[in-house]
Amino acid sequence: MESASPFIALEGIDKRFGGVHALRNVSLRIEPGEVHSLAGENGSGKSTLIKILSGACRPDGGAIVIGDQRLDSLRPVDAIRRGIQVIYQDFSLFPNLTVGENLAINDLLEHSRWLVRWRSVRKTARDAVAALGVDMDLDQPLGELSVAQKQLVAIARALLHDARLIIMDEPTTALTGIEVEALLKIVRRLKQEGVAILFVSHKLREVLAISDRLTVMRNGEVVAEGPAAEFDEAEITYRMTGRRLHANRYVLPSDWQRQPLLKADRLSGRTVREVSFELCAGEIVGLTGLLGSGQTELALMLFGIRPCVGGTLLIRGESKRIHSVRDAIAAGIAYLPEDRLAEGLFLEQSVERNVVAADLASLRNRAGLIPPSRLRKESDGWLTELAIKAPSGQIPVSALSGGNQQRVVLAKWLSTQPGILILNGPTVGVDVGSKQAIHDQLRELAARGMGILIISDDLPELAGNCNRILVMHQGRLVDELSGADCDADSLASRLTSFQSRCER
Amino acid sequence: MNVSEKGSISSLESRGGLLAILRSHGSDLTLVALTVAVLVTMSVLNPGKFLSVVNFQSMAFQFPELALLSFAMLLAMLSGGIDLSVVAIANLCGILAAMILTGELSGGEPLGGTATSIVLAVVVAVACGACCGSLNGLLISRLEVSPILATLGTMQLFAGAGLVLTRGRAVHGFPESFLALGNGSLWGVPIPFLFFAAAAVLVWLLSSRTALGIQMRLLGTNPTAALFSGIRVNRVLFRTYLITGVLAAVTGLLMIARTNSAKADYGSSYLLQSILVVVLGGVNPAGGFGHVRGVCVAVLALQFLTSGFSMLHFSNFAKEFIWGAFLLLLMMMNQISNRRLNR
Amino acid sequence: MRKLFQTHEFVLLVLVVLLCVAIGIKNPAFWSLGNVFDLLKSSVTLGLLALGVLVILISGDIDISFPAIAAFSMYVTCLIAGATGLGDHIAVLFGMAAATGGLLGVFNAVFIHFFRLPALIVTLGTASLIRGGLLAFVGTRIITDLPESMVAFSRAQLFRQQLPGGETIGLAVSFFMLVGVALLVQFLLNHTLLGRGIYALGGAPEAARRVGFNIRRIRFFIFALVGCLAGVVGIIHASNMRNANPFDLSGLELTVIAAVVVGGADITGGKGTVIGTLLGTLLLVIIGNSLILMGLPTQWHKVAVGAIIIVSAGMAAWRRRMGRNSGRRK
Repeated sequence: MESASPFIALEGIDKRFGGVHALRNVSLRIEPGEVHSLAGENGSGKSTLIKILSGACRPDGGAIVIGDQRLDSLRPVDAIRRGIQVIYQDFSLFPNLTVGENLAINDLLEHSRWLVRWRSVRKTARDAVAALGVDMDLDQPLGELSVAQKQLVAIARALLHDARLIIMDEPTTALTGIEVEALLKIVRRLKQEGVAILFVSHKLREVLAISDRLTVMRNGEVVAEGPAAEFDEAEITYRMTGRRLHANRYVLPSDWQRQPLLKADRLSGRTVREVSFELCAGEIVGLTGLLGSGQTELALMLFGIRPCVGGTLLIRGESKRIHSVRDAIAAGIAYLPEDRLAEGLFLEQSVERNVVAADLASLRNRAGLIPPSRLRKESDGWLTELAIKAPSGQIPVSALSGGNQQRVVLAKWLSTQPGILILNGPTVGVDVGSKQAIHDQLRELAARGMGILIISDDLPELAGNCNRILVMHQGRLVDELSGADCDADSLASRLTSFQSRCER
Repeated sequence: MNVSEKGSISSLESRGGLLAILRSHGSDLTLVALTVAVLVTMSVLNPGKFLSVVNFQSMAFQFPELALLSFAMLLAMLSGGIDLSVVAIANLCGILAAMILTGELSGGEPLGGTATSIVLAVVVAVACGACCGSLNGLLISRLEVSPILATLGTMQLFAGAGLVLTRGRAVHGFPESFLALGNGSLWGVPIPFLFFAAAAVLVWLLSSRTALGIQMRLLGTNPTAALFSGIRVNRVLFRTYLITGVLAAVTGLLMIARTNSAKADYGSSYLLQSILVVVLGGVNPAGGFGHVRGVCVAVLALQFLTSGFSMLHFSNFAKEFIWGAFLLLLMMMNQISNRRLNR
Repeated sequence: MRKLFQTHEFVLLVLVVLLCVAIGIKNPAFWSLGNVFDLLKSSVTLGLLALGVLVILISGDIDISFPAIAAFSMYVTCLIAGATGLGDHIAVLFGMAAATGGLLGVFNAVFIHFFRLPALIVTLGTASLIRGGLLAFVGTRIITDLPESMVAFSRAQLFRQQLPGGETIGLAVSFFMLVGVALLVQFLLNHTLLGRGIYALGGAPEAARRVGFNIRRIRFFIFALVGCLAGVVGIIHASNMRNANPFDLSGLELTVIAAVVVGGADITGGKGTVIGTLLGTLLLVIIGNSLILMGLPTQWHKVAVGAIIIVSAGMAAWRRRMGRNSGRRK
């Protein structure tokens, strides 16, 4: 129900970063006490929008209407004073302070007391934790908590304020089923108290469960908005991606012959328990599970970054011990990491240098030196092969779009001529067009005989591009779907059943 | 020029600061222009004395020491670290070489005659540099101690070792043939200059044309991504500091050859000067970026300044003051130009 | 209770006690009251500076210009005192030196905060600037005619004891200054918002900014603090030496950093305690003292300090590594 005066409204907001048009004519209304969800893939402009609402960023055009004021921009101080609180994905917490302190810190700062009265700090902290209904050791240094626990602290902290609007940026990514339910309960309670929530998420199930209204963004624009009742998952996905769920599924060619490239037998690590599976040439196998089920750890074990505590690994029939990344590369394994910016790219370095980073030795001439012409040739070759849009190889890779950056990481690994390609969240933060192109590229590589393992929690992505999907739960491989079972809905229901099973 | 290209050029400009505003050739030109300006100023302030063969020859004997130390600093910074112990290593290696040359280590008489003792001295000095560098390398790579702390500690350790060996005095009296290293010329070119030229070429090749050099730069830019790209981070770090140790050792040899004495606390202002040189030369202290050619020109600029100030009878203290002011000014200017471009 | 025994500070305490016992066995003179008072007096300079550097390290920065600041403040204050006769009350002298030092510290902060320059290189530059400026433009003459109040201060003692030989020994008043400053810093770090902000800044700088800490105020405060302490140390030093030598107090930066690092502070920020720093100071003073007692020339002192920095940094890094499973630090 639209009232005459929303708590905050954005009208026609425009924002550019250099050559990238992050927000285009974006309008958004948040009513007091409503739960409003903002859905969109990474790169759709959600983060920029959050920054504008919280004052961390100035828009280039448009207006912010809050209360009865019409403003060009907000300062962070103003936003906080008006009751806008953001819970960021990285929580903004201090690992070297205790839980209690972290909880009380906003409170302390707001009242500008220069003396810290520990007793009142403890009281504040205890109240915050009680509101959430969880039990926490207030004296524990925050750095010792798990990711999920840290998030609870972040949420509890934001709740302590006289907040009128709480913006939660992907709040449930690190929470288990129980914790998600607890969070949703709190959201409902806040709503009753008249606090508005902006729930920014791509977890459509939760979005639909909790929202009053939602806004869908794509490529910096608002493509749909309205009461949540008018949407369903398929509709939101279609709006977010521009694609319908049922693209042509990946199936193995009829003349496919089973050639195992990788055979893992009871591999164990810190959070991985006795995982056995096989990957054959030409396959695109998906790997998914609830967060923390060990998928990433498994990949890092295969790639030499995490140790294998038990089990054996056969690569093309030969037993291999992989203790380092170089061992993995020698075994023909390549890994495109989850956090592309921090783990996959050297942002300030040139595209060229990024492309050759994994295989410099092969560029040496007879004198042992690497002539720049060789470097350029290698890099230009990959730019063409993978259709990477860059004016030259010398520009820093940070200037490229998310999709092109991912292609650079792919080029880096393809130049090591791997037999096995492991990708973790390959299309996170990639625009729709590039997403499709990357999927096509993967299919081509599989057709050429590579074995591909995709780790993802984007169920439609897996459903559309894998001939087999493995499901992990609490470190074990618990399910395998193939053929016609590989569709997003069955996957989703399997995952939910695990969630509820572990809660019992 | 379409929109994306414009975006990329402006982000290119934001890397590196004042001296990287223009594309790389342009930034070199700015530095060269600055150096020429210094040259002109000093010549004007010291008419007849500065622009003389005698002066240029004297400078050519002096600046290679600072140049080699600056190359060492360049390499350490490329890898994302810093080596504060270079001067201490140079002194220690110089002291060891000196003690071999004067026979102190062998009980009074140089071992085996002049030629052997010179060879031995050089070998021992370089080996010592390699060991010191290895200690730094191990601390920084294996034990993951921050480079600042590690090299602060080793700086003290090596300086202390030098003090213990010399008991605070200077060691002097080296054979003529050894002194030629620091004071002699080959075909009219001062020998230290030849060392400088050779080092410049080698460090340039290493930092820009070898796998190790490119790996250093990548490591300095993003250590996590380096690990994930299969770069053997420990090996790269170890080798970097090993090489800086060796460069420092060679510097030590040049220093004692030129001054005919070895002391434990010689050249203490060289540390600040070498950092000044690399910053002036366009090296990014955070890691990943920097060129030998920039460092070379910057060393020349600094040498002109030093010689010019000496001619103007500036005290050592005044020079210290100026180096400090310079460093601050330079970094400030870099930052201002960075910010203006980034907005 | 077990957690207490596992803390770095406790281990350090044990180490210090063991060291004292070992030295005491070899040389019973170590335990004499005179020697103890001496040790405590020697630890004042190092301790005061270490407390200042501790605060800076906790915030994630570093400062190596404080010896130069100390020398400058000391010399200028003594010059002015000599010229104007303001030196009647030691408090005035301390005030002037602290103010000078504080201003120089603020100078550092301007470069580090407003220009966002790396603290190591900035303070390397200001150290040179200040020391060079002092020697080049202010003077190089050693001032021997210090104000009476300073000489009196160096003699001021508490807990006077009459020894059997007729000698009188006492604990220097300056030691109580150290205790006072230690208590103040402890209070600051643990009971004020500013202090928690210093820890926050060191632990998660971006978060500290977002949460609303006044980063500028914090930074300026800590560098001014170190500067003030350096100024105070300058006067204490000159009083003890009975002269103001502008070349003095150089090379201290490493010993001070060693004391703080041994005491458990992390060079990357976010960690460190006053107790640890005091223990670290004590350790270094005892080692320095015992080297002399053992007849080793002072040259070994540098080696010892260097070794201590390396070993404690190595151990801290090792411990950090054991607590994690993967990833590299920057």
